[in-house]
Amino acid sequence: MSIKVGIPKSLFYYQMYPLWNTFFEELGAEVITSPNTTKKILDEGVRVCVDEACVPVKLFHGHVLSIKDKVDILFIPRLTSISKGEYVCPKFGGLPDMVKSTVKGLPEIIDVEINWRKADSNDIESIITIGSFIVKDEKAIKNAYKKAVDKFNDYNEDIKKGFMPEDDKNRKSNLFVVKDSGIINIAVIGHPYNLYDSYINMNLFKKLRANGVNIITQEMIGEDVINLHARKLNKRVFWNFGRKALGSVMHMIEGSDIKGMIFLMSFGCGIDSFIGDLAERMIRRHTDIPFIYVTIDEHSGQAGLDTRLEAFIDMIRWRDKNEVDISAYG
Amino acid sequence: MKLTFPHMGNTYIPVKAMLDDLGVNCIIPPFNNKKALEIGTKLAPELACLPLKINLGNFIQAYEMGADSILMTGGCGPCRFGYYCEMHREILSDMGVDMKVITLDIPGNDYNKLLNNVREITGGLNIYKILKAVKNTVEVSKKVDELERLTFKIRPREIHKGATDKIYRSFLYSILKIKGSRNIKKHIDKARNKLLEIQTDKEMKPIRVGIVGEIYTTNDPYSNLYIESRLGNEGIEVTRPVTVSGWIIDHMIKKALHLKGDERYKEAAKPYLGTMIGGHSQETIGNTVLFAKDGYDGVVQIFPLGCMPEIVSESILPSIERDFKIPVMSLIIDEMTGEAGYMTRVEAFIDLLKRRREIDAFEGKGMLSWN
Repeated sequence: MSIKVGIPKSLFYYQMYPLWNTFFEELGAEVITSPNTTKKILDEGVRVCVDEACVPVKLFHGHVLSIKDKVDILFIPRLTSISKGEYVCPKFGGLPDMVKSTVKGLPEIIDVEINWRKADSNDIESIITIGSFIVKDEKAIKNAYKKAVDKFNDYNEDIKKGFMPEDDKNRKSNLFVVKDSGIINIAVIGHPYNLYDSYINMNLFKKLRANGVNIITQEMIGEDVINLHARKLNKRVFWNFGRKALGSVMHMIEGSDIKGMIFLMSFGCGIDSFIGDLAERMIRRHTDIPFIYVTIDEHSGQAGLDTRLEAFIDMIRWRDKNEVDISAYG
Repeated sequence: MKLTFPHMGNTYIPVKAMLDDLGVNCIIPPFNNKKALEIGTKLAPELACLPLKINLGNFIQAYEMGADSILMTGGCGPCRFGYYCEMHREILSDMGVDMKVITLDIPGNDYNKLLNNVREITGGLNIYKILKAVKNTVEVSKKVDELERLTFKIRPREIHKGATDKIYRSFLYSILKIKGSRNIKKHIDKARNKLLEIQTDKEMKPIRVGIVGEIYTTNDPYSNLYIESRLGNEGIEVTRPVTVSGWIIDHMIKKALHLKGDERYKEAAKPYLGTMIGGHSQETIGNTVLFAKDGYDGVVQIFPLGCMPEIVSESILPSIERDFKIPVMSLIIDEMTGEAGYMTRVEAFIDLLKRRREIDAFEGKGMLSWN
């Protein structure tokens, strides 16, 4: 019988699932992911986790609880850094420790540290350590990783084209019905784990698409374009997400036809409290593009979000028609 | 150039000593106060951490006193402090406050920028003068820490309550009028001698509490509502391992020279938190374990709301609490923290520690659960 590897469907999952799923499957393990987020999963996570944590971290605890009894081994890597010279977030670096200390009765955990801060080249060491939980054959691990990286690159290409992880690639479900006339481009800046989990963002993407909005995320912008702009900053941003977000915001300011920007952040997110503020300052200094924050936590209500989104989109459409050029800044 | 720098507990003393020795004109902002926090809260992003807000208040108040440049230290993350300098620059420039932010960053490979900044501050690169100033700064910061530790020892044991606070507070204010590291060192010695003259109860075995957490809020008495003095006056001896001199020596000088500092806490933290994740999270975990092994009665963790590394520590601390049966209380500080609610919690914690000790004394093994 093959080993069952559990991957919680939260945090790094959305960014990296083609990589890890393929990797473990190639090694002959059975990958079990937790179900899509539900109220029950969120509630249980909120119950066990410390109050001060951000909602994605609480949610992660919930996902761990929902699959821990169904698997032989849990995959919670310590993601200190996934790019040179940058960090993810302190909470990612301490995630396995948080989970171990909070959740009782856990199976074995793959908590190998992934730290590519110093150099990209030593990544293979951590990969081999991860793989050796499943098989002992180093060559097989390397082969599996190579296949996984190919899959991962394909996935990133799809994302660039506007495909969302939730969309079924074959059913063309990402075609939407446009209610109003004309499609407008709106940029949504946010962490992938908030963007792609439609429970936690209260169907933000579906709501926007149904209103005729073409969504642009930072994942759709090429890495080289982002870096080109990020280099213009006074001091290099040392968070992976932060650099990408600011780089893409600067790119959007310069040369694209976005009509509005939504900054999706979770309450208590340390990185977003700075990056969101800087993004807003840049937008307001150089353009008149409307900008709103959407802050989510476990207490967020649907109705409030709907009202704000509708008002935001209506305002953009009015501006487009030049009926009344209403200031975006209140 | 009139240089200012943010307050963080007693940091102003060694920094003032250094700038005086280098002959730099500096303006020390008023001690942290409500007004500073209000200014910062208004200017800073809502979810930014408390130290950023107080810093901004410091700068604006110093600007009103005539300062035109800001001296900051940098960092490379992942804690938010490393990006403070940029946030300050952007916020101040949007406010129309014309101040230059000079960052002393620990260089990755670009030593030129650091040297240029030093040159700008000191008006030249007299290496001998700079090294001497650095040496004196280290000495001053060590002395300040020793003095502070002495107050921790004397305060719970003093016979006339309030004697330590009186001497210590007047020392903190009088430093502002003194120039140069030599005079400051002399002044510290004077305060030390005064403290040693205080009548104390030598027989007393006070309850011992360790203070861990984020460096700003643990070191800055205004932001933690003077917890060390409050506990001390309740007859509790406090210990705080993360200090200003430790920060200057371990984090700046030794790091720049690639030397190793005191790393006992790392060993102790290992079973609970394997690696450095930024901020002082590993210190918090490691020192809590060390306190528990050392037989301390309790541990207080202090951090600003939303502090990313300390949230990780907060969720790990209950395991240490369970394993070592040591009570740990987390205090979270932000601009909304009210004194009454805060003090109620502190008092309840003190009561619990006292009660645990009484039961211990009576039955030898009785233990009141904290959980």
